[in-house]
Amino acid sequence: MRRLLCLLLLLISSAVVWAEDDELLMVRSSLEFPEAMAALQEAVTEHGYTISRVQRVDIGLTAMGYKTDKYRVVFIGKHEQQKLIMQKHPELIPYLPIKVAIFAEGDDTLLIAANPVLLSEFYPDPSLEKYFRRCESDMRSILVKVQEAE
Amino acid sequence: MGKNLFRWTILIVLFLWALPSWSALDGERLYRNHCMVCHGEEGGGGVGVPLAMPSFLNNVDDDFLFKTIRHGRPGRVMPTFEYLSDAQVNALVSYIRSWSDQPAPRFSLEPIKGNAEVGKKLFAERCEVCHGETGEGGKGTGVTMSRPRDLPIIAPALNNEGFLAAASDELIRHTLRKGRKGTPMVSFLEAGLNDQQIDDIVSYVRSFEQTAERKPVLEAESASLIVESPYSFEETVENVRQTITGKNFRLIREQYMDTGYVPEGQENKKQLILYFCNFNFLNSALTIDPRVGIFLPCRITIVEQDGIVQVMAINPMRLSRIFNNVELNEACHEMRDVYTEILEDATL
Repeated sequence: MRRLLCLLLLLISSAVVWAEDDELLMVRSSLEFPEAMAALQEAVTEHGYTISRVQRVDIGLTAMGYKTDKYRVVFIGKHEQQKLIMQKHPELIPYLPIKVAIFAEGDDTLLIAANPVLLSEFYPDPSLEKYFRRCESDMRSILVKVQEAE
Repeated sequence: MGKNLFRWTILIVLFLWALPSWSALDGERLYRNHCMVCHGEEGGGGVGVPLAMPSFLNNVDDDFLFKTIRHGRPGRVMPTFEYLSDAQVNALVSYIRSWSDQPAPRFSLEPIKGNAEVGKKLFAERCEVCHGETGEGGKGTGVTMSRPRDLPIIAPALNNEGFLAAASDELIRHTLRKGRKGTPMVSFLEAGLNDQQIDDIVSYVRSFEQTAERKPVLEAESASLIVESPYSFEETVENVRQTITGKNFRLIREQYMDTGYVPEGQENKKQLILYFCNFNFLNSALTIDPRVGIFLPCRITIVEQDGIVQVMAINPMRLSRIFNNVELNEACHEMRDVYTEILEDATL
């Protein structure tokens, strides 16, 4: 019986982790840009991350005479974890903090992030992979939260 | 008691096991997870084509949709969904089909025999202006409604291996005969071509298979560009500043790595990020693909650790593959070269 249960549990786990190897994490929110931006800020904080900076891409472009809708890049991270990565793998410094691009598309808003797991592919290290897997899970959860926000 | 517990355990486990499979066959949920971000909530389009447009949906068969989802369009943003099961792709096709009240057309998979040489001339006269000389398609793949755009659709790349795998000869013929209302694609029957001439164009388009655009294989490069500086931290920062402005970029911000995490004034002053931008280049990159925000803004980081000063940047070439956009590869190549030059010049 134990063997049977183990086998079934194995089958369950393989069914639940069906392939989602997206390298680019993207969601569409039906919220307009300001509301989606607020929802993103809330979701980031709820997941224990800090927004270190918001780059207003659209402001610079329109000031230079180019046409664009609202477009921002939000930098997020956890200080202690960032410090650890920087010490262990300084070559990852240019990729930190991680980013979410958020831009308006008509009445909708699109949010895009590189899958953090990509970073562990760049410099294979089991401890890094564990961290970036957790980071991926958080990022997916943050994006879904904004997508489902009303 | 023991037997009952065993049966219930088996039932619960089987139920839990089957649950994800059932929900995975929910076409709407699959669409929301995998397609909606580009094609819009109800197929209105955006980064991707407007799938719900009647002149599109009523004139492509399920086989075309299935193969398009499965193979994507290598190098043209639409990714491959090789990890979805056939059942899941079929569920997606059914959901997309539900936006139309007309039955799906059916097209034969039999090849059409036309004269490709004649077709080549007709293609140059009638199709090249939108689809390009070698069927490479319209420029600006991935332009969304967030950027200035006049048309709901960009001329597809007919020489793309994904397109050629998905479109049967008869589907191409049907499209040439009927056109796509609401796009610049006119009916070539109405435009004066006869059936034989249309078949000749079909054969010419099919001949692109011999020279089909292959997904570019990017060089296996390091993910980060790193150079050690022979100068002090302060001198290196100043060198980088001057090199950036000397290359026609504008410095837009300087920030320590831990800004925002620690109280102001307590940052590590030996870890500095310089953000810079060339707005013309930025506008071009966003026009090619609006998703490039994850590269933005341009940045060089200068770090001093154990007395060693290093200057670092991401390698855009390493990241560009995730966008599946050939045009963007070129911009990333250019940006990689700019970063390399700045790093080398500042530490010379």
